[in-house]
Amino acid sequence: MSIEYDEQQIPHVLAVDDNLIDRKLVEKLLKTSSCKVTTAENGMRALEYLGLKENNNHFNGNGTKVNMIITDYCMPGMTGYELLQKIKESSVLKDVPVVIMSSENIPNRINECLEKGAERFMLKPLKLADVKTLRHQLIKC
Amino acid sequence: MASVSQLQRQFVEYTTSLYNEGYLDDQFTQLQKLQDESNPDFVVEVVSLFFEDSEKLLNNLATALQQKIVDYKQVDSHVHQFKGSSSSIGAQRVTNVCVHFRNYCEEKNLDGCLRCLQQVKHEYILVRNKLEALFRLEQQILQAGGSIPMME
Repeated sequence: MSIEYDEQQIPHVLAVDDNLIDRKLVEKLLKTSSCKVTTAENGMRALEYLGLKENNNHFNGNGTKVNMIITDYCMPGMTGYELLQKIKESSVLKDVPVVIMSSENIPNRINECLEKGAERFMLKPLKLADVKTLRHQLIKC
Repeated sequence: MASVSQLQRQFVEYTTSLYNEGYLDDQFTQLQKLQDESNPDFVVEVVSLFFEDSEKLLNNLATALQQKIVDYKQVDSHVHQFKGSSSSIGAQRVTNVCVHFRNYCEEKNLDGCLRCLQQVKHEYILVRNKLEALFRLEQQILQAGGSIPMME
């Protein structure tokens, strides 16, 4: 039983944003750039999906199937930065590229995220051309 | 009964005026680029979500500013949402008011906030009416058998 195309060729991106309109938009931008997309409305839901709960060693989730994580910075509860931190602290997920999005161009914030290991920091609203470039540059498959 | 080409010309003129008057910016064009055969109603869907979300935000803002002791962090959080979603669909004038609104929140300036609330509501209603008119024009063109002109 074999499938025509190799599923691994289609990157799977987890997109995290508390704003419904932005979630719908980023999902469409990624789908138009040939990605499979899962969305989460906050950091906790994202971590649950990825299988990272309190204990980083007890891995049981979708983390291995995700090729990139793109998250908003300003979110209630857990910020995108805090989410980035948790991902980088995970032995299983630390190599998954994380992109941070924000509507605010604050150099300190940008540096903080890049220093924590974010691959890229993108200003909202995102443009299709930028997402396409991102997809080709960051996702190795 | 207007012909297809008359309707199309009306559409182009109307859209151009919306950009020229600052109601819409390039982000709206970006939304239109994302619409295709697999998702022919994408723009209407996203804009409808924006309308729903905005109306909730306006109510929340009114309530928050009516409290005896105003929680400016809460107000700011709503304005931040509004700024984000209006910016994401290209509703430039709404976004611009939100910027001022946030400044008043930071200053804890109640008068300023109340004025901005009125302003943002006003701009929102304007852009909502204009977008609804635009979508109606699109429907008329399609029903008359024409296609929607691509805007540069």
